[in-house]
Amino acid sequence: MTASPDEQHAFPGLRRRGFLAAAGGAAAGVGGLALAGCSGSASTGSTAGKGDGTPRRGGRLRAAFAGGGASETLDPHLGNLFADAARGKALFDKLADYGADLSAEPRLAQEWEPNAALDRWTVTLRQAVFHDGRPVTAADVLYSYHRIADPKKAYRARASLEPVDLRASRARGERTVEFVLKRPTAEFPNVMAAFGTHIVPEGATAFDTDPVGSGPFRFVSFTPGRSTVLRRNDDHWDGAPYLDELEFIVANEEAARINALLGGQIEYAHELNPATGRAHEDAGSVEIVRLRNSAMQAFAMKTDRPPFDDPRVRQAFFHIAGREELVDGALSGAGDVGNDLFGKGYEYYADGLPQREQDITRARHLLKQAGADGLEVTLDTSAVAAGFTEAAGIFRDQAARAGVTVTVRMGSKDSYWKDILDSGTLCCYRSGAMPIESHISQRLLTDSTTNATKWQDKNFDTLYRQAQSTRDTADRAALYGRMQRQLHAEGGFLVWGFGDWILGTARSVRGVVREAPANTLDWARFDKVWLA
Amino acid sequence: MSGPRSWIVRRLLLGVAQTAAVVLLVFALTEALPGDAAVAFAGDQPDPERIAAVREAMGLDRPAHVRLAEWAGGMLHGDFGTSLTSGRPVTGFLADGFGPTLLLATATVLLLVPLGVGLGVLAARREGRLTDRLISSVTLGLYAIPEFALGVLLVSVFALRLGWFPPTAVGYGTDLLAHPAALVLPVLVLLARPVCSLARLVRAGMIDALGAPYTAQATRYGISGVRVRYGHALPNALAPATQQLARTIDWLLCGVIVVEALYVIPGLGTVLMHAVADRDIPVIQGLAVVFAVTTVVLNLGADLVTRRLSPRAGVAA
Repeated sequence: MTASPDEQHAFPGLRRRGFLAAAGGAAAGVGGLALAGCSGSASTGSTAGKGDGTPRRGGRLRAAFAGGGASETLDPHLGNLFADAARGKALFDKLADYGADLSAEPRLAQEWEPNAALDRWTVTLRQAVFHDGRPVTAADVLYSYHRIADPKKAYRARASLEPVDLRASRARGERTVEFVLKRPTAEFPNVMAAFGTHIVPEGATAFDTDPVGSGPFRFVSFTPGRSTVLRRNDDHWDGAPYLDELEFIVANEEAARINALLGGQIEYAHELNPATGRAHEDAGSVEIVRLRNSAMQAFAMKTDRPPFDDPRVRQAFFHIAGREELVDGALSGAGDVGNDLFGKGYEYYADGLPQREQDITRARHLLKQAGADGLEVTLDTSAVAAGFTEAAGIFRDQAARAGVTVTVRMGSKDSYWKDILDSGTLCCYRSGAMPIESHISQRLLTDSTTNATKWQDKNFDTLYRQAQSTRDTADRAALYGRMQRQLHAEGGFLVWGFGDWILGTARSVRGVVREAPANTLDWARFDKVWLA
Repeated sequence: MSGPRSWIVRRLLLGVAQTAAVVLLVFALTEALPGDAAVAFAGDQPDPERIAAVREAMGLDRPAHVRLAEWAGGMLHGDFGTSLTSGRPVTGFLADGFGPTLLLATATVLLLVPLGVGLGVLAARREGRLTDRLISSVTLGLYAIPEFALGVLLVSVFALRLGWFPPTAVGYGTDLLAHPAALVLPVLVLLARPVCSLARLVRAGMIDALGAPYTAQATRYGISGVRVRYGHALPNALAPATQQLARTIDWLLCGVIVVEALYVIPGLGTVLMHAVADRDIPVIQGLAVVFAVTTVVLNLGADLVTRRLSPRAGVAA
């Protein structure tokens, strides 16, 4: 046997299970009550269609994704992969979804209204019907959420629904749901937009043979690991798609996807690597789309153990990183430099903070102050995601200039994320798009379940809780600003870059939204795309 | 002489033992890999509570020997178990993947045998001359190209530039026979290396056989050159080649991963790759059984053919 194709793959980790971080979204989100201009298809269609001419009906679009092989499923609550997410989006709807800045936009939920304490939310559903003609009701919403929260099943969105007290939540009429929360949650709309919180009809279980959703496409056929064929749903509340048919094709190898696209066998290739993107950007045979700010790239320092329990050592490491070099070397230039904060370009991002630059002298000085001359650390990395091993090598060389000896240790690809959670001191880390609030609640609170930097700060926790019980958006933004200033000064994430997500489309494909980080509503959204 | 029958029975019993050993070994190795299906499933969201719940839902919290015994028990009734990650029966996975892989392997072997033997005989007959040197250097060079590189090269020349064949089998599903053009490039890639090793083996064996005393004796008896070459020398030259062929078919059945991935052919290699990544032990075990049985049967067949072609060599086999 020769090399596994994974080794040639540019984004192995993201490809298979990368959705997880990208989509997780425990607890709430950010969207708040910003309803303006988000409802319906008109806004998306018009911005997307700019310069693309008048949308035209008809045709079949074939889209190739990396998939999960024969174990794939159409159960929207079970999905883990990008392919699952794209299919879920075509067949089902969520109550809300993320806009380009990761704020929650209403979808099946027409509007939402919290009580004064922010722990009781009344959600009104829009008029929508499932593919079999039944209306989408409050009972369907509660059934779906109960199914996801089933402790025996461990559906991935279960953690996202954790703030909801489902036993106390009730239907208040056909299209009104009252969600009772365990604590004030100003970003509750993010819960409704979280990955894998699709609404299915009450009692639905047979998803692989007959998935019934309320999404823009109806089910035609499904062969796990190969192909999924869907047909236009003329009755979709957001307007019927332009395409007659949509076929999802599974092609795990990046070379296969670009070849099939160049050969005219498909019209949309998800997830291309930077070299492919550059090679075809100006060649003209296909269209290359770069979705910016899709993948945060970082080194995670464990703040609860030496040497990183001393904030001066963390600051020294912030100054060691030459970010341009890392972006150029590890991401092949397909990305932007980071400023040690998650969520560049997202709602509440603290973009007013000065960009951190490499400063070896200052790093040496800080290390000396901390009594960490001649420091030796082990950097855990793995081929689990694009650029990890390259980033580790580059950082080792940069650290050597500051007198720090970094030993790079390669870990297993399949258990990397679990391995680095509690062990080691320094590791390569990355994350897909999610609201800044979700990033904080999942990874930076004392009781967060995936706290890879072991950032445990009572004051920080208090600020977060305060933000969650603050109704006013501006006040809340100020609190997020304070949290981010603290993280920027002494946090455990050395965020050095944000990678682009690269897609290829045939030249006939129009209406592909470019301002949509992977995992957001307009990413891999085929109901507003047409074939010219 | 105890006869070929008892020999076959002994070989079959040995084969059963070998298969069982492979299954045990594969189970042990998969268990030894870091992480299990629950960890793989959790990916970069390794919430310990969720991993524990998944582990319980998948039955992974039971001890390894219990799981193995349960699986083996089902196996005796022809039940391959169910996939951990999808909950679908393993037999379905195997049946789905088998068709495309078998088709690729068959097409390759059908071309491989005449091509490899023909080139080998040709080179042997022209030993030391230009044809021989040409065949030898081309086969050596071709053998050195990794499948992936060759595959990419063939696609960019024959599919994208010249447009003679489709670049992948995307969208054709398992019905590849209906799209024979999609098979050309994958089969070429699969053919490239075995044809080289086979041709070189046949050439070497043929040169040995042609130089052997019995060939000279046959010639002295006045038997025609053609009969000496193809009736007497070739069978002896083919004996090692047959063994090589059996190994090649093994390799084709389980080693087509690169080709399957590059040309998007949903065969057994693809199933195996995903199953290993997911730590989906029932599927891996099912594949191990299929591969082990195939290997045992093919090698038994090859040994039978070898005995037939060259009875004295068979004693050693």
